[in-house]
Amino acid sequence: MFDRGPPLFSIAILSGAALAYEILLMRLFSIIQWHHFAYMMISLALLGYGASGTMLALAQRWVQKHFFAFFITNAILFGIGAIVCFRLAQAVPFNALEVLWDTRQPLWLLLIFMLLFMPFFCVANCICSAFSKFSGQLHRIYSFDLIGAGIGALSIIGLLFIVPPNTALQVIAAMGLLSAAVAWLEYGARSQWQALVLSIATIVMLSPVAGFSLQVSQFKGLNQALQVLNTEKLDQRSSPLGWLTTVASPSVPFRHAPGLSLNSPGSIPEQLAIFTDADSVNMITRYEGSLHKMAYLDFQTSALPYHLLDHPEVMVLGAGGGADVLQALYHRSNRIDAVEINPQVVDLVQERFADFAGDLYLQPRVSVFKSEARGFVTASRDHYDLIQVALLDSFSASSAGLYALSENYLYTVEAFSQFLHHLLPEGVLSITRWTKTPPRDGLKTFATAIAALEASGVTDPEQHMAMIRSWNTSTLLLKRGAFDDHAIDKLKSFCRLRSFDLVYYPGITRQEANRYNQLQEPWFFDGAQQLLGPQSAAFMDDYKFNIHPATDDRPYFSHFLKWRTLPELLELSQRGGMPLLEWGYLVLIVTLAVALVVSFLLVLLPLIPGRSNGLWSGGQNWRIIIYFAAIGTAFMFIEIAFIQKFLLFLHHPLYAASVVLCAFLVFAGMGSKASSRWRKQTTIRGAGLVIGGLSLLYLFLLPLIFDSLVTIPVVFKIPIAVILIAPLAFLMGAPFPLGLDVVSKKLPVFIPWAWAINGCASVAGAILATLLAIHFGFLIVVTTAAVLYALAALALPRS
Amino acid sequence: MNGLTTLSSQFCRVFHLGILGLFLITPQVTATDSYQQMRQRLVLEVAGDVAQTSGYIGKDTLDERVMRVLGTVARHQFVPPELHYLAYENRPLPIGHGQTISQPYIVALMTDLLEPGPDDVVLEIGTGSGYQAAILSRLVKQVYSIEIIPELATSATERLHQLGFDNVEVKNADGYYGWPEHAPFDAIIVTAASSHIPPPLVQQLKPGGVLMIPVGPAFQVQQLSMVRKNAEGEITIRQLMPVSFVPFTGEH
Repeated sequence: MFDRGPPLFSIAILSGAALAYEILLMRLFSIIQWHHFAYMMISLALLGYGASGTMLALAQRWVQKHFFAFFITNAILFGIGAIVCFRLAQAVPFNALEVLWDTRQPLWLLLIFMLLFMPFFCVANCICSAFSKFSGQLHRIYSFDLIGAGIGALSIIGLLFIVPPNTALQVIAAMGLLSAAVAWLEYGARSQWQALVLSIATIVMLSPVAGFSLQVSQFKGLNQALQVLNTEKLDQRSSPLGWLTTVASPSVPFRHAPGLSLNSPGSIPEQLAIFTDADSVNMITRYEGSLHKMAYLDFQTSALPYHLLDHPEVMVLGAGGGADVLQALYHRSNRIDAVEINPQVVDLVQERFADFAGDLYLQPRVSVFKSEARGFVTASRDHYDLIQVALLDSFSASSAGLYALSENYLYTVEAFSQFLHHLLPEGVLSITRWTKTPPRDGLKTFATAIAALEASGVTDPEQHMAMIRSWNTSTLLLKRGAFDDHAIDKLKSFCRLRSFDLVYYPGITRQEANRYNQLQEPWFFDGAQQLLGPQSAAFMDDYKFNIHPATDDRPYFSHFLKWRTLPELLELSQRGGMPLLEWGYLVLIVTLAVALVVSFLLVLLPLIPGRSNGLWSGGQNWRIIIYFAAIGTAFMFIEIAFIQKFLLFLHHPLYAASVVLCAFLVFAGMGSKASSRWRKQTTIRGAGLVIGGLSLLYLFLLPLIFDSLVTIPVVFKIPIAVILIAPLAFLMGAPFPLGLDVVSKKLPVFIPWAWAINGCASVAGAILATLLAIHFGFLIVVTTAAVLYALAALALPRS
Repeated sequence: MNGLTTLSSQFCRVFHLGILGLFLITPQVTATDSYQQMRQRLVLEVAGDVAQTSGYIGKDTLDERVMRVLGTVARHQFVPPELHYLAYENRPLPIGHGQTISQPYIVALMTDLLEPGPDDVVLEIGTGSGYQAAILSRLVKQVYSIEIIPELATSATERLHQLGFDNVEVKNADGYYGWPEHAPFDAIIVTAASSHIPPPLVQQLKPGGVLMIPVGPAFQVQQLSMVRKNAEGEITIRQLMPVSFVPFTGEH
């Protein structure tokens, strides 16, 4: 059997397909449900890797005996399961919005988890059984596993540019079947009709026969909009950045104008809604060249800076469908540089609906850049009168705390400092957010602005800031120069005419605040005063939500929950307090808790005394647990932390995530292969220590390197990033197969058990990395990883 | 320690009930446990919630008339049949078409804040299944209600008619422009999502009248915006949380 060795190419295809499946599921569930529960389901489903190790540790002899059938069956089951399990999962009536109201919802969630678990379990069975069967070729198998996964990570991003996510799932399912066919060929059997049948099945999987449509939750914005009479989908397109649906509603206009004053004259022109992932909405507004019809644009809080500046040169960060560009045009801006990350959104405005938008993005004064906002500012040498950070996220997602887990490099101290440096001497930075009651975003933005002004050398930040709010938006202004009396008079008159509230300007009194949109107390005013006062730090500590400024090392602007407040919020949740809970963070905690409990059971199950596998009497078990748990966790810590660090260099989330992930996996795969020639015991210890040391060194070196290369084009940045990752990743590929080598010599059953430990640790490690980063920053994540590698070096079982 | 205990007990409750939920704790309607009894229990529960929120609404109890009506309107008639057993739980429920029926506590609170009088004419934007309109109809002279989704408008019209709420008129239209033929209104309630307060609705409010907008994602109300027009026609907006919560602690 398998005289030619392990089915390496089949393993590489399977690994690539599985990683692509993981990334794709995240996309799919972000569309049909919401990102935070998607994170939970998929993280937990990855425990399938650990579970396969446990299962094989309990049934190793049988699997070794029937390896070929076992491998092929699992590969086929992955292929079929990838698509069938998802389709079943999307038919489960889970409603994330009802979790605390409806006791059935956790059951539905459990069912989805079990469905998604299956494909990962099958893939892991293939790889782990290969390790177990061919224990002399661990390094080669692991290297094909990792390199395949790396290629998968890159391929899925490319694939999502070409086909919609539901079709991409067919491709992944086909890859599963293809891997089975390849395994058959690698097996080298005389009879090869089975490989032919599998190849035909692969083609069928790619055909429309296996096609399906996405069942989006009826509570998402897109489906709510489509309920209205005569609404019509005009365009559907997709990329890894989002699933975009453009909708027209001729009978009941959208009239999207966040925070519009009640005193606004005239009406809002016809609009087309662009929904991203069926929820977050962006509007294209009908523009026929006559600006006088656009008077409403002067009655939003974001119009304030235009009253302090004459014919400004403007940079709009997050141009979307063009609302802020139109506002800048309305206010006779001399030049408008609009930055939008999603090229497809730009194409919709610039090409597909160019007539409707009145060629907005082709106006002589407007230049549109398809770029990530922070990266664009970093690389820019220009200075502006106004930098406008647009209201990007949707109100409902923002108010429900769904972004708590999302890193955001636009709302950090460093980002604000950079924006300030790109202002002309009298220039203004303007940031508009949805307001929440009680204040969270508003005060955190204010605290971040103070820290940024101080970091930029301003000693009297209270003279450089102003903030106003409407019914549901707030706008914060930061000036490089101080606000003078003239500017303050204009600001007051702007607010008076629009019934907007003054939150802060230099010299404001409490009586002036909270007049039109009255809160129980002038919380925004009081908060701003406290943040500018001598007791600022104590105020932030005492406030019931986390309003400490976000930084590049802890880029979680939308995380507001404090553990101290949680009991009170849970107590109030059924009595009107539910919106105060922050779902993203709570889901992370529950996911970690479930992952730890399940991991604990999976790791300990094969140790049950009396089993015939010999594990119980194997000796040195605790060393094996520590070693493989430490390297599994540390690998994820470093991978996740460096994706974030490189994001600040490459700036584009897609380039950063796919390039860094691919480079990490491919170089680790090469490291795995090369390490087969290394002398075991001493090398493993050395590798662990060098990885720890190197990652710490990188923490200090990378910012210096990135700073010196900040302006070079991204095409050069990518190879530099790859070169920087290579040595670290190369070494990181060694500890797992070297460790397996050592333990397999003692007892073969250690191989699947170590795989189980490593698989479980990877899942818990990924969740823990996010949690650590939220609370302590990525510096601590990497430092902890270094400690874990050192610990692994010490815990390595003796030969 | 106390906090952690509360936290863990909350989560344990959710998950344990979840596991047992379908088979063990599903409340069944039996002869001895009629809808009427469940409704009275709900009224007591809402009264308890209100008492705990008293600091914010400035009184310990809601208008007696509002509570009485809450105890008489058959909420189960306004939710899909498969959810009848949940109709008297103090929670929002889905009614199809991506819409929900609000939590009774919120309905009671909003109705109280609208200060409905027996001679009032009220406009509602977002009929849904018609429950809020039914509650209001027992407290005021006439309710006009506008629903944007045709199917919901039709079913709510039939339902309200069958149940004898004859002083409610429903139409399928865009609520943004209100119902000028019947304006001005003593009170207006807008349960449909909007990025801003529709100015035409404010114009259709009588001097001294109140316009109420609950704001928040589905199944939640983050804040209640109360637009009040005084005798001179001046507007003030109060933004209330439906929960008694103060973000500041300590000396600040």
